[in-house]
Amino acid sequence: MAQSLAIRQFRFWLTNYRRTWRGSIYSSVLNPFLYLGAMGLGLGTLVDRHGTSSLGGVSYLAFLAPGLLAAAAMQTAMGESTYPVYGSVKWLKTYQAAISSPLRPSDLFHGHLLWTTFRLTMNSAIFLGVMAVFGAAESAWLVGCLPAAVLTGLAFAAPIEAYAMTCTKDTSFAMLFRFGIIPLFLFSGTFFPVSQLPVYVRPLAYVTPLWHGVALCRSLSLGTAQLGASAGHVGYLAALTALGIYAGNRTYRRRLYA
Amino acid sequence: MPERLSAATATAAAGPTAGAGTPPARLGGLPLRIIPVALLRTRAPRAPGAPGAPRQPTARRTPRPPGLGGRGSAHLIERHARVYRHTWSVLISGFFEPLFYLLSIGIGLSKLVGTVVGPGGQPVGFTSFVAPALLATSAMNGAVMDSTFNVFFRMKYAKLYDAALATPMRADEIALGEVGWALIRGGIYSVAFMVIMLVMGLVHSVWAVLAVPTALLIGFAFAGAGLAATTYMKSWQHFEFVLLATVPMFLFSTTFYPLSVYPRPVQVIVECTPLYQGVVLLRGLSLGNLRPSLLWSVGYLAVMGVLGLAIGGRRISKLLLK
Repeated sequence: MAQSLAIRQFRFWLTNYRRTWRGSIYSSVLNPFLYLGAMGLGLGTLVDRHGTSSLGGVSYLAFLAPGLLAAAAMQTAMGESTYPVYGSVKWLKTYQAAISSPLRPSDLFHGHLLWTTFRLTMNSAIFLGVMAVFGAAESAWLVGCLPAAVLTGLAFAAPIEAYAMTCTKDTSFAMLFRFGIIPLFLFSGTFFPVSQLPVYVRPLAYVTPLWHGVALCRSLSLGTAQLGASAGHVGYLAALTALGIYAGNRTYRRRLYA
Repeated sequence: MPERLSAATATAAAGPTAGAGTPPARLGGLPLRIIPVALLRTRAPRAPGAPGAPRQPTARRTPRPPGLGGRGSAHLIERHARVYRHTWSVLISGFFEPLFYLLSIGIGLSKLVGTVVGPGGQPVGFTSFVAPALLATSAMNGAVMDSTFNVFFRMKYAKLYDAALATPMRADEIALGEVGWALIRGGIYSVAFMVIMLVMGLVHSVWAVLAVPTALLIGFAFAGAGLAATTYMKSWQHFEFVLLATVPMFLFSTTFYPLSVYPRPVQVIVECTPLYQGVVLLRGLSLGNLRPSLLWSVGYLAVMGVLGLAIGGRRISKLLLK
């Protein structure tokens, strides 16, 4: 019963998307092409000329692409779990409308998480396709990157969504973006190995969820994955997701039953 | 992206309460008026009986000659400044973005890339090569966001211009006011960016003192073009086109690597983009590589801004004064 109610909420988001999907083509399809082209190929020529021993001897494109995949999953999660959620409760009040039906706050939350999972799967699959076009994959384990990227996205989506429910001003999201998402994007090993960071900052990078996602995707794509390390990354990301779901159940209930 | 939305919605939230019509508010004894009243007065007050003093009703009826902007622009800028008092934290946090980018490139990418061939053929450190291009990009992005998303919101949802046009304010004054506001914000960020560049030792020439005015010129060009483009937009979906123009320019206008990486036909396309002109200008100034051809870039950007402003002003009056 509970499950089917969450699926109804999922179908609400799907119907919504059917009418506005054209607007997302740019971010879903063109962005991977542009970034892999400019950074992977363009900047890659300079990096490869200078020597890639610090990257483990692979081309910069092969190094960068799985990192960007994880970072793109983070961005998708951020986009889906901030304004759409906040808008539903603050501007459009569709959540208030839904709550007067048999749907409960947790159904709304799980329905939206399902929807985010759907979007993450879609965007990551497109990204992997673009990677294949650019010849950025080094191993058949690349297919494992799909669940890895989705899990990375969920490790952001669940906690951020829980937080979005507690926000009363949308400037909070601008702050989260500036001081959370952008520093992670720039310093969590997407563009260069974390080992280049100063020693005292490095532990900070290892704690960030994006670093775990990047490391997991990169080891799969380069075919260097080890069971122990991968299990550690998956466990960390899954724990963060679970924590987010626990918190989200509470914040949804508190906001909507208030 | 969220920052852009938040700026728009913040305007919505703060709009009615922070309107210029409220009596001058005071905070701890300080007047909150940002632009002195004397500067805002359109004509000097004259004694009613004095010769030559226009009678109020007649003055009202004769339409003011159309031009490019005017004192009304200052009113609009003051309105925006008042609104942004409520979201100053977002404004200030904008300083950190260039800092993060430059640090990330300085610590990470520059070690991977080493040196790049600069505009004069001399080897240049990668961070010094990228920094002026990032300044140009941030000038473009700031101006485009202000003149597209925010203007669209004010025009369609906040109905700010409908209200403004019901006063003696003209459409061209609105256009110039919007561009002026975009330039004020852009100027603040450019100064901050230059300070960060100086502290990080990325400035290699005294000509860099001209970098802030140049960044303002880039902002002017893109704000004008953005304003003109916004008047043709019908829904938020059309803003995908804005990203479709700015993101490829950011990535491919020699921001991260020299033009020589491309084959010749691609080079020609890149050379035609306005951001490339801005990048070339700022890179020349900060690396001390000045040559006469830079004047072409100045002309390109100036013409783009003036054209955009003229078209934007005319279109706003056409859209709103039917």
